Amino acid sequence: MNAVAFVQPLLLLGLVALPILWLILRAVPPAAKRLRFAAVMLLLGLKDETRQADRTPWWLLMLRIVALGAAIIGFAGPVLNPTPQTPGSGPLLVVLDGGWADAADWGQRSEKAAAILAEAERAGRVVALVQLTQAPQTPVFQAADAAIARLSATEPAPWAPDQMAGWADVLPDGDFATFWLSDGLNHPGRAALRAALAARGDVRVHQSPRALLALSGAQIDDGAVVLTLQRPLGGPAARVEAIARGPDPAGIDRELARFIFDLGAGDVQGEARLLLPPELRNRLNRFEIPGARSAGAVRLADDSLKRRKVAILSGGTAKEGLTLLDQTHYLRQALVPSTEVIDGALGDVLKASPDVVILADVARLTGTDTAALTEWVEKGGLLLRFAGPRLAASDVSRAELDPLMPVRLREGGREIGGAMSWGEPRPLAAFGEGSPFQGLEIPPEVTVSEQVLAQPDPDLAARTIAALADGTPLVTRRELGAGQVVLVHVTANAEWSTLPLSGLFVQMLERLAVSAGGAVPKPETMKGQTWAPLRVLDGFGIARPGEDLAGVDGAVLGGALGTGPGADVPPGVYTQGARSLAVNVVTAQTVLAPAEWPAGQAIEGMQTDGARDLKGVFIGAALVLVLGDILAALWLSGRLGAAGGRVAGIALALALAVPLNPRSALAQDSAADPARDDIAIAATEGVVLAYVRTGDAALDDLSAAGLLGLSDRLTERTSIEPLLPMGVDIETDELAFFPFLYWPVSPGQALPSPRAYDRLNAYLRSGGMILFDTRDGDLSGVGTATAEGDTLRAIAAGLDVPALNVIPADHILTRSFYLIQNFPGRFDSPVLWVEAAPAQAEAAEGMPFAPQNDGVTPVVIGGNDWASAWATDEYGVALYPIGRGAGGERQRETAYRFGINLIMHVLTGNYKSDQVHVPALLERLGE
Amino acid sequence: MTRAGTLRVEAERLGQSLPALLAEAERLSSALSLGLHGRKRAGQGADFWQYRPAMPGDSARSIDWRRSARSDAPFVREREWQASQGVTLWVDPSRSMQFQGASARPTKAGRAAVLALSLGISLLKGGERVGVEGQGRPRAGLAQIGALAQALGVLQGDEYGRPSLKDVVTHGRAVVISDFLGDLAPLQTALAQAADKGVRGVMIQTLDPVEENFPFDGRTIFQSVGGGISFETQEAGDLRARYLDRLAARKAELAAMARALGWHLMCHHTDAPALPALLWAHQALGQKR
Repeated sequence: MNAVAFVQPLLLLGLVALPILWLILRAVPPAAKRLRFAAVMLLLGLKDETRQADRTPWWLLMLRIVALGAAIIGFAGPVLNPTPQTPGSGPLLVVLDGGWADAADWGQRSEKAAAILAEAERAGRVVALVQLTQAPQTPVFQAADAAIARLSATEPAPWAPDQMAGWADVLPDGDFATFWLSDGLNHPGRAALRAALAARGDVRVHQSPRALLALSGAQIDDGAVVLTLQRPLGGPAARVEAIARGPDPAGIDRELARFIFDLGAGDVQGEARLLLPPELRNRLNRFEIPGARSAGAVRLADDSLKRRKVAILSGGTAKEGLTLLDQTHYLRQALVPSTEVIDGALGDVLKASPDVVILADVARLTGTDTAALTEWVEKGGLLLRFAGPRLAASDVSRAELDPLMPVRLREGGREIGGAMSWGEPRPLAAFGEGSPFQGLEIPPEVTVSEQVLAQPDPDLAARTIAALADGTPLVTRRELGAGQVVLVHVTANAEWSTLPLSGLFVQMLERLAVSAGGAVPKPETMKGQTWAPLRVLDGFGIARPGEDLAGVDGAVLGGALGTGPGADVPPGVYTQGARSLAVNVVTAQTVLAPAEWPAGQAIEGMQTDGARDLKGVFIGAALVLVLGDILAALWLSGRLGAAGGRVAGIALALALAVPLNPRSALAQDSAADPARDDIAIAATEGVVLAYVRTGDAALDDLSAAGLLGLSDRLTERTSIEPLLPMGVDIETDELAFFPFLYWPVSPGQALPSPRAYDRLNAYLRSGGMILFDTRDGDLSGVGTATAEGDTLRAIAAGLDVPALNVIPADHILTRSFYLIQNFPGRFDSPVLWVEAAPAQAEAAEGMPFAPQNDGVTPVVIGGNDWASAWATDEYGVALYPIGRGAGGERQRETAYRFGINLIMHVLTGNYKSDQVHVPALLERLGE
Repeated sequence: MTRAGTLRVEAERLGQSLPALLAEAERLSSALSLGLHGRKRAGQGADFWQYRPAMPGDSARSIDWRRSARSDAPFVREREWQASQGVTLWVDPSRSMQFQGASARPTKAGRAAVLALSLGISLLKGGERVGVEGQGRPRAGLAQIGALAQALGVLQGDEYGRPSLKDVVTHGRAVVISDFLGDLAPLQTALAQAADKGVRGVMIQTLDPVEENFPFDGRTIFQSVGGGISFETQEAGDLRARYLDRLAARKAELAAMARALGWHLMCHHTDAPALPALLWAHQALGQKR
C-alpha cells in the first residue's frame, strides 16, 4: 500500500497562492538586450509593426509554477509509506540494544526512540527506557519527559548487549507494552528476553535494515596482513574499503594503507590481504572502515603485528677483518632493516623474549641452554639454524633426532661442483605447495655447491619446505610445541652457496621471521598481572586516552580477549611492561549472526523500508526546473548563442546528473584550483619579491610596504623591474616562483609544519634565498638572545641551513651593485650572518679578495629591520622615520643600497663575483 | 609599482600612439607625391620658369648676368609662380565617432583621424598650409604635423558633432570628416558660411559596416555611444528596411547639400582600406571648380 504523508502539512496551503503567481508572472516581459549604436538618431520615431508577445510563454510559466509547486511540496516534507505510530495505552517499555552495532545509525535510532517517547508523552503514558548493554536492573516506569531527557544522554556502548538473559530476570511485574529497537544481531539470551517481554504484553520490534560491517580479525599470514570483514546481515555485492592507520615517523596519525574487500551479493564474510613493508607494518595501530561510525568497524592492532626481535648466535669466533666471511654478516644485513637484532649469550638473549633465535653453524649446546631453548621454542618461538663446517663435522642429530633439529643428518655432507668433485653446482627447485616460501621467485644464479644432507626418514618430505633441483632438502622444518625449528642446510655466508648473496635470502628470512607470530597469551598465563589501558574506544569507534581508567587484571583481560569486551574491560589497547594487547569488539569467538525472532513477531523497519523521505526528490526537482527556467529565459531573450547553447546543454545535463549521482560532485574536487593558477601566473610574469606572511597583519603590511619601496628603488636604479611584492603562505603557496623571500621574525610566530619545512628546504636547495630579519637590531650580537632571536632559532632548527659566519669585508654582498660596508635598516648593527666560506678558501695572490663560495648564500640573517627602512606608500613616500635628519636619510639610502645589492646577488649569483676577477683575468691573458 | 610609475607608463603609451598615427598617416601620404601647384606662369616661386629680355622697370638685381653674358641684351630669370592653398580640417570629435562595430575594426574616430592626418601630411609636404578647425589659421611647414596630430586627438563629450568652419581662409579648402548621423542643421549652417567665403572642400562620411547593415534582431534597447539617447524596440529585425531607407535618405540629403555648394562627398567604411579614400580626397581637393 502506498501512502504519502506530510511532516508539515500546513505548508501545503502555499499551493493556494499558485494561481495568483500565475497572474503576476505572466505579466513580466522577457528582458531586452542593450546595445550601443551610434545611428540611434535614425531610429527615433520608428514604430514596431508586430508587437512581440511581452508576456511570458505559457510553457515557461508552467515551468515556473511547477518548480514552485515542487518546492512547496518538498518543504512540506512528504514521506512515502509513513511508519504507523504506536497505538495503545498503559505503561510502555522502550528497549534499546545500545551496543556497538547500533552506533552506525545511532542518530536515527535515538530519533526513532524520541518519537516513540514523545508520542507516549502526548498520550500520557508512563514509560521506561532500557539500554541492554548496561548491567541488568529493574526498569522503573516514569513520566515520559524524564525518559526523553535520559535518552539524549544515552550513547551506544562499545560492546555487545550480551546480558539479555539477566534482563529477562529483572523485568517488573504487571502488564506493559514493549517497543524494542533491535540492532538485528543474534545476541545470547535474546529469545529468553523476548519471551519474558511477550508474557507482559504486546512486543513490537523495530529493526532497521542496513549494512552492518565489522572487522573481525587482523593477523599476519606469510608476511601479509590478513584482515577479515564480517557482514552478518548480508547485502548486495560491494567493494568495502578499509584504512590501516598508524603514526608516521613524526608521530602524527596517518593513513598508511588501504584494503579493499570484494564482497559478493549475500556474502557475510570477506578477506583482504595486504603486503606491507615491515617498517609500515610495525607502525600499524588501527584498522577502520571509513564512514562506518561503529566500534565494530575498528580493529586495534597490538604486538602481534609488530617488529620481531631476532637473536643471532654464531659458532665461529669473530675474526677481525674478514667481515664478508663472517657467518652472520649476511644475516645481519638482511635482518637489521626489518627486525630488532639482539646479540649476546644464549642465556641472556632468551630473557629478552626474542621471537626468533638464529643459530649460525652452532653444533653443540650445553644442557641448560638446550633445555631453555627447547622450552622457549615450545612456547611459540622460531629457532632458525644454519649448517656449516662445524655442524657437518659434529655428530649432532646423527643417530637420533636432536630435539632442536628438524631432521637427522648424514655424516659428512656433500660437495658438488667443487674442484675435487664431479657435477655442477645445483640450482633450487621451485617452492612447493604449503611451503612458507611459496610464490617467491628463484633467481637462476642461486646455486648450492656444498651442504649437509638429511637422513631419509619417513617424514622427511613433509618437513622439507625448500629443496634443490635434484630433490635434496635445502630447508627443513619441524613443529615443536607451539613453535618450530627450521634448518637451512647450507651456511649463512657465501661459502657453501650463493644463496646469501641473493635477494631471495632476504625474502626467505622475511617470510620465516614474520611467520613466527606473537601468540595470543592465554588467560591463565596472564593471571596476576595488571594491564593498564592505553587507549580505549567508545561505541562510535573513536579512540580516547585511557590513562584515567583503572588497570585491569590479566585474567579478566584474558577472558575479554575471548568473550569480547564489557563494561569492566572496554575495547582498547592495554599495556603491561613493553607488551601491548588489543581488546577488540569482535573477537575470534564472537559469532555474528542475524537475529532470529519467533514466528509471528512483527518486525517493523523490515517491511517499512518503503518509508522514504521524498523531500529531497521534490526539492531537487524544483532546483532542476529553476535551472531550466534560467536557460529558457536566456534563450527567450536571445542571449543564448550557438556556443552558449552547447554550454547550456552541458550545464543542463550536469544539473540533471548531479542530484542522481551525488558522488560525481566529489570526484571533481581534484581539478586544478584556478585561484592558485592565478597566483602562479601573477608571480611568474616578472620578478616578484616576496615576504613570508606571519599571520600578524601589521607586520605583513610592513613587509609589503618595505618590499614595495625596494622594488621601486630597483626599478629606478637598475635593470631589475620587479612587479608588486606578494605575500606567501609557506604552508600552502608554491615557493619556487620567488627568487627571494623576506621573513620578518616576530616572537610567538607559529612554527612551520613538517611539510612546510620540506618545501622550504627544497626552496633553499634549489637556489632560493631567505632574508631573516629579527627586527631587534641586536640579536646578531653573539650571546644575547631576544624573544625574536629565540623564535628565529626555533624556526631555523628545521631548516637546512649551512654553516654561517659574520659577513666578511670582502663578501660579494658588499660589492654586487654598490660598494657598501655596512648594512643598516632601521637599526645599524654591523653584524650580518651569511653562509660561511669553505675552510680552504684563501685569498689568492693578486686577487682583491678571498674566493667566496660559488653560489648564493641561501640565508642572510640580521636584525636591522630593513622593511621599516625600505617601506614606502604607493606614492613613494617613506613611511617610517629613520635616524635623525640628513644622517637618517643617509642611513635609509644605505639601506636601499643594501637591498639592491642583495637582490642583485640573488639574481646574478656569482656573476658579480666573477666580474671582480676580470682585471686579473685580463692581466693573465695579456701575459 | 606606485601610482606615479603607472601614470608615467600610461602617458608613454598614449604618447606612443601618436607616432603610430603619424607613421600610418606618413605611409598613406607617401603614396601621394605631389609638389607645389605650379601655375604654369611666371611669378613667385622656387623653380625656374623662363628667361626673358629685360624690360624697363626690371630692377638691376633681377638681371641674370650669366645668361646675359652669352648674348648682347640683358636677360631676366623668371621663376614659375607657385601658390599654396590654405586647407582647414574638421574631424568630428563627438562620442558618436567612438563607435566600433567589431573589435577587429578601428573606431570611426580612429579612421577619421588617420584620414585627416595623412591628408594633412601629404598637403603639408606639397607645400600647402594646413590647420585644424579651432586651432587658428592654417600654417605651412612640416613642423605643423605635430600640431595636427595633437589637435586631432582631442575628443569631446557631445553625442553628435556640430561642425564649424570659422578658421577657413577665404578661397581656401576645407575637409570635413564625420559620420553625419546627428542633426544636419549645424552642418548646413557651417557649410553655407564657408561657401560665403568662397571655400570649397570635401566631406567624408565615415560609417561602420554595422551602421550600413543593421544586423540586429529581437527585443533590443539601442543606446547612443554616450548613453544619452536610447530607443527600445520589440523586434529589431522589422526595423531594418525602414532604417536603411532613412540612412539612404540621409546620404541623399548630404549629397544634395554638397552638390549645391560645389563640395565633394564620399562615404567611407571603416572596414575598407584608407588609401582609396585618401586618394579620392586628395584628387577632389585639387580639382578646379
